[in-house]
Amino acid sequence: MNGQIALMLGQDGMTSGAIYALLALSIILVFSVTRILLVPQGEFVTFSALTMAAMQSGRPVRLGVLVFGLALVALAMDIVAERQRHRRWTVPRTSLALAAHGLFVVGLGLSVPFDHLGLLVQIGFALLTVVPLGPLIYRVFFQPIASAPSLVLLMVAIAVHVALIGGGLLIFGPEGARTEPFSDSVVQLGPAIIASQTLWVIGVSAALTVALWLFFETSLWGKALRAAAFNRLGAELVGISPVFAGRTSMTLAALIGAVSGIVVAPITTIYYDSGFLISLKGFVGAIIGAMSSYPVAALGALMVGQAESFSTFWASSYKEIIVFTLLLPVLLWRSLRQPSVGDDE
Amino acid sequence: MRRLLASPVTGIAAAVAALGLMSALLTPYQLTLANNIGLASLTVLGLVLLTGVAGMTSFGQAAFVGVGAYSAAVIATVPAANLPPGLSLLAGSPLGGLLLGLVATVIVASVLGAVTLRLSGHYLPLGTIAWGLSFYYLFGTTELFGGFGGISDIPALHLAGLTFSDAASLYWLIWGAVILAVLVTANLLDSRSGRAIRSLRGGQLMAESMGVNTFSAKMTAFLVAALFAAVAGWLYAYTQRFVAAAPFGTQAGIDFLFMALIGGVNRVPGAIIGAGVVVVLREWLQDVLPHLFGRTGNFETIVFGLAIVVILQKTPTGIAGALARLVPKRLWRPQARRRAVGELPRRYMPLPGEVVLEADSITRRFGGLVANNEVSLSVASGEILALIGPNGAGKSTLFNQLSAVDRPTSGEVRFLGRRIHGLTARSLAANGLARTFQHVRLIRGMSVLENAAVGAHTRGRNGVLASMLRLDRAEEARLLAEAAHQLSRVGLGDQLAIKAGSLALGQHRLVEIARALASDPCVLLLDEPAAGLRFQEKQALARLLRQLKAEGMAILLVEHDMDFVMGLADRIVVIDFGETIAAGTPEEIRVNPAVIEAYLGGAE
Repeated sequence: MNGQIALMLGQDGMTSGAIYALLALSIILVFSVTRILLVPQGEFVTFSALTMAAMQSGRPVRLGVLVFGLALVALAMDIVAERQRHRRWTVPRTSLALAAHGLFVVGLGLSVPFDHLGLLVQIGFALLTVVPLGPLIYRVFFQPIASAPSLVLLMVAIAVHVALIGGGLLIFGPEGARTEPFSDSVVQLGPAIIASQTLWVIGVSAALTVALWLFFETSLWGKALRAAAFNRLGAELVGISPVFAGRTSMTLAALIGAVSGIVVAPITTIYYDSGFLISLKGFVGAIIGAMSSYPVAALGALMVGQAESFSTFWASSYKEIIVFTLLLPVLLWRSLRQPSVGDDE
Repeated sequence: MRRLLASPVTGIAAAVAALGLMSALLTPYQLTLANNIGLASLTVLGLVLLTGVAGMTSFGQAAFVGVGAYSAAVIATVPAANLPPGLSLLAGSPLGGLLLGLVATVIVASVLGAVTLRLSGHYLPLGTIAWGLSFYYLFGTTELFGGFGGISDIPALHLAGLTFSDAASLYWLIWGAVILAVLVTANLLDSRSGRAIRSLRGGQLMAESMGVNTFSAKMTAFLVAALFAAVAGWLYAYTQRFVAAAPFGTQAGIDFLFMALIGGVNRVPGAIIGAGVVVVLREWLQDVLPHLFGRTGNFETIVFGLAIVVILQKTPTGIAGALARLVPKRLWRPQARRRAVGELPRRYMPLPGEVVLEADSITRRFGGLVANNEVSLSVASGEILALIGPNGAGKSTLFNQLSAVDRPTSGEVRFLGRRIHGLTARSLAANGLARTFQHVRLIRGMSVLENAAVGAHTRGRNGVLASMLRLDRAEEARLLAEAAHQLSRVGLGDQLAIKAGSLALGQHRLVEIARALASDPCVLLLDEPAAGLRFQEKQALARLLRQLKAEGMAILLVEHDMDFVMGLADRIVVIDFGETIAAGTPEEIRVNPAVIEAYLGGAE
């Protein structure tokens, strides 16, 4: 290996590490607020990447059908819940708005020729389609069992992931897809030649991290989420509803996943089932951060990116094994630091 | 007749008859399907133990199946010369392949368990997902294992002079293994080790306070589940005669968990029902769905994923749970227990008046809050000491210091003259300290008798293997007799067989007291034992505590019911805002101005 190759591998690792770091942040966010280990996080990434690819190749965007379908189920669940609580028929406005939005993205997705419109329009529409999946998935699958043991939440998360994979196959088909890079230029940085898409990934990840930090530090919603993560019951007592906290954190998770999918799609070929491996590497980062520390998790995820990239060079067929075996020493270290008996639940 | 119905011999005979009938009726295709169901049942049974009973879960079971299958395949096909040294001895022997698979599984599962089982519950599933993926890539890329092409041409299984080469003969082997595994699992659950595993559901603190080593209980469940999967893998290799990495990935691991959830994750029959329903349904869906959607693909995952969500939201006990509700309760009476021969050995009791438990200037700070400040007290054998004080006075904190659940910031606790600093709640339990909990911690799905028997855990010796093989029956009978005896002492002698969850709240507390007594303690810590009891139950409890005191037990109780305390305690310690404000006989406490002020406020 010479310096040139090392630089290239480091660059690759940095790119994927930045994505894993974003996912790790989002996984920790959802876990600390709702206790859900969001295994379907990766599906937000693949769905937005494949939606971009569909638009660029002039195919209709069918993901809206899923959004609309889930929105209808959510609407029905909300109406029934209202009926049981207040003994009268009302239509909750938020779920009606989501259903209307679903209809809107179905209509636009099936009729508008997005390949003739600019990149920004495509990105905007991909976000409009994928991000609502976050709150909808929370409403339909998790909200009815929000207080169940975390093991049950994990199993539901896995089940949702499996169902979404099947849905992804149905919607996008089995072919992999790659999108056009945002720009073709390359940047010379000292001895390294860096593709501009790499800079896009790193820049967008950094910007999103800063935006999240500002959101949690300065906005009322961000502070409410932090309160819910710190002490769920206490937050509920001061008026932060767990439904609000769950829905908001899932919306953020979907946003983070969708943005990651859009920036990463020009670099890697994405298949309908690529999300699992991607989100698992986010999970490795999150575990390194003990499911609670954002900076440690982000750092861990960057390391995962490097480990993956360099093991591709030295032992490419063992790449995945090396990455997941990294978990063992981390878990061992955590295990040794653990007090002998903690009381769970 | 009823005893006959519930006897295991009848059960096995019925199962064998049913299998015989099936084998005569099924077409060859259906027989193959039945074999697949049997193989899956074996793995899912392990998940029932792990997830439904012990409350942990694994997505890596398919990878353990893979370890079993690849071990069988490598030993069966690779010539001795090409095997790693040490394994060449096993070459060509089916039982050697089984042995290798079991040993490899124990090694992998021990490492995974050692690094995840001490951590909170979500690390095991995440660790097993990573393990499942690593396994898939490892076996797919290693030359010895044939790469992603796999190992083919595995010879037919020859075992003890018999040849298992077709679906019909393998049918008996596979389902024989399933019956054996069901028996072994049922035996394990109905034993001392099984109760330790089941008690994990009541919270680790409770189990450890009863002397259960929760880490080894978890490890036992994880190992047994992994070994069942490995045996299934060995059978799989000889059924398919071909092994490749694809069916052992994480997706398959998820499928096994789905089978358990659909069938009923907390019941042994749920494993077979779940495997049957999923295998048959999958065959059908793989036929129907591609027609429906107009293209090929594994669309059945959508159906199974959504089915799991609905099951977890609506009926978490699965199909087996729903069926159990249909069967009349009377059939489910526990069979007559063997009569206990002899009694469990008793502990040496301290002499009357000897100090058993002593707190010496205990201070416990939580950040800036001083929950206990220089509190001292002692309880002697044959004495009842009551600890009282308004809400938030620091009673429960002190209780936790005394039972080694929490460590004091300064000061020390002595139990039988020894400092307990550094000891665990588990070792205190083994040495004769028993406690109850303010928030009752019983296993709701377990019978009252079994709940109380958890308390006698430290008085038994038999391990997992003895339980599985039913070599533990004599000791088991004595443990259960002891639990029944203590339950009758607290007045629950006629409620042994009912589920703990269906008792009234006050009776829950009585079961906790019986559970504590079953450990043959020399000191008993009771946290609000009279809360929720009716007047007559309180009187009965007071009688019992006086009797225990007369037998030489040291009793420390925290209680809010003043009538109860005043009539019962020899001495009372009153704490408020973490500090001792009074100590003395009930008469002295009744007129103590500081106590009156603490409870009623100052008369300014």
